[in-house]
Amino acid sequence: MNGRFVRLAEQGRPAVSLTVDGAPIQALQGDTLMVALLTHGTALRQSEFDSGRRAGFCLMGACQDCWVWTRAGERLRACSNEVRDGLDIVTTQPEATWPLHG
Amino acid sequence: MATARVVIVGAGPAGVRCAETLLAAGIKPILIDENRRDGGQIYRRQPEGFTRDYATLYGREAAKAQDLHQSFDRLREAIDYRPDTLVWNLTPGQLCCVSQGRHRTVDYDALILCTGATDRLMPIEGWHLAGTYSLGGAQIALKNQAVSIGHRVVFMGSGPLLYLVASQYVKAGAEVAAVLDTSPLSLRLKALPKLLARPGVLFTGIKLLAQLYRAKVAVHLGIKPLQVLGDASQGVMGVRFTTGSGRTATVQADAVALGYHLRPETQLGDLAGCAMAFDQASSQWWLATDDAGRTSVKGVYAAGDGAKIRGADAAEHAGRLVALALLEDLQQPVSSALRDGHQQALAVMDQFRLGLAQAFPWPSEQAKALPDSAIVCRCEMISAGELRRTVNEKGACEVNRAKAFSRVGMGRCQGRYCAHAGAEVIAAAAGVQVQEVGRQRGQAPVKPLSMLIEEVAP
Repeated sequence: MNGRFVRLAEQGRPAVSLTVDGAPIQALQGDTLMVALLTHGTALRQSEFDSGRRAGFCLMGACQDCWVWTRAGERLRACSNEVRDGLDIVTTQPEATWPLHG
Repeated sequence: MATARVVIVGAGPAGVRCAETLLAAGIKPILIDENRRDGGQIYRRQPEGFTRDYATLYGREAAKAQDLHQSFDRLREAIDYRPDTLVWNLTPGQLCCVSQGRHRTVDYDALILCTGATDRLMPIEGWHLAGTYSLGGAQIALKNQAVSIGHRVVFMGSGPLLYLVASQYVKAGAEVAAVLDTSPLSLRLKALPKLLARPGVLFTGIKLLAQLYRAKVAVHLGIKPLQVLGDASQGVMGVRFTTGSGRTATVQADAVALGYHLRPETQLGDLAGCAMAFDQASSQWWLATDDAGRTSVKGVYAAGDGAKIRGADAAEHAGRLVALALLEDLQQPVSSALRDGHQQALAVMDQFRLGLAQAFPWPSEQAKALPDSAIVCRCEMISAGELRRTVNEKGACEVNRAKAFSRVGMGRCQGRYCAHAGAEVIAAAAGVQVQEVGRQRGQAPVKPLSMLIEEVAP
């Protein structure tokens, strides 16, 4: 198993190429960033409060669990931003981090 | 006030029907929506380039979805529609909006809040593990993106959405490991007289259940959730629960869809100073409105699930009704037959709502039984034990005070997914009813803003 999400239909869309943590991945036009990342991997980011990985929760822009970043440092909500050719995404927080809980 | 500036927030069933009714009366509203496309969550449109038809996407609701979308398409050019725009704060007569990194204010004489709802969550040990999603989120994954949230999915919680989403997953070819409902069959039978207010909807619900049984999906009623199993690196690996007959059971899965019906998005109404009311049936606070959707603040109205959780059909009626209420307040002639018709339809739906609340109750006892180690705030990993200590050791028996001490409700989701359960934990620790510990106040910005925002003229 290399991805968390499973595509069930709509797989005839044109391919889009982006980079995630330095590695190239292929997604489909119309994919949210969340779907692009989670059909290849199992998480979107490292929790800033514990050792766990996070993969989003609500998919409707309410929980803010699915933030990822562009290489330039812009924060994107993965559930509500679509993939674009050439996007360069990083899944580690670029800002300062604090010691974890416990 | 023939040129009243009317702003509707939210382009779901309530907002679209409200805009349509106002336009027909000669008022051109501004319709602001956070989503890129109309339809709200329930009738959310799939992105450009997707090809599934209405029947595949919306099942038995296909005709309603199509009708709402077509109505919107007809009025789109005639109103001032502003998609992809977040209303993050308001002051009397003015909204603060941000869209694509640009901030602008929007003045209003009348404001109609059709802000919808989000999933209502009760924590369980391990629910912070990657692979646990809200039930509505699981539905959006399928509807909007044609994906399943996992290779093997458990649906857990209670309410009609549990069965709807599980059966949509089965139909789409996803593997559904089990449907675990905390409500026992006996409550459903007791609620039958109220549920019969809408026999068609009741019948649809029974058909969904039959579909699940036919697909040989394990359906357990009256369960007690114990734990989402897994670890920090892999995320979800299963679910442990107590069956209705008291046996402990485990289901293997790599994803969990969790939810207990819905909670209204009341932050903007709260910031506007609208009075709130505690609904005994669903055990939650929502905006206090009259039968037509007038809040306690003059010029501020509310309709749809953002006002009162009654579902999409009721939202369409409430959207039209609130528009008529505004027209009346603007001294415009309104057909009383039309108004009474919507009110009668809503009365029936209210009866059904009470039936659902009785059949699929909010499981407040789970909060009391939550182990100290279980996470209440999944944003910041704050446990039930930490929250209880703020009550027992610091005497914080009011939710906003407990929030200040514990940070439960202060994280990324701003209390959307922890405040209800947190209030139950606080009430249980303090030995009082949940309505006595208050409710978390809405705070601006109602969602996080980027630091890189350019201010532009209204």
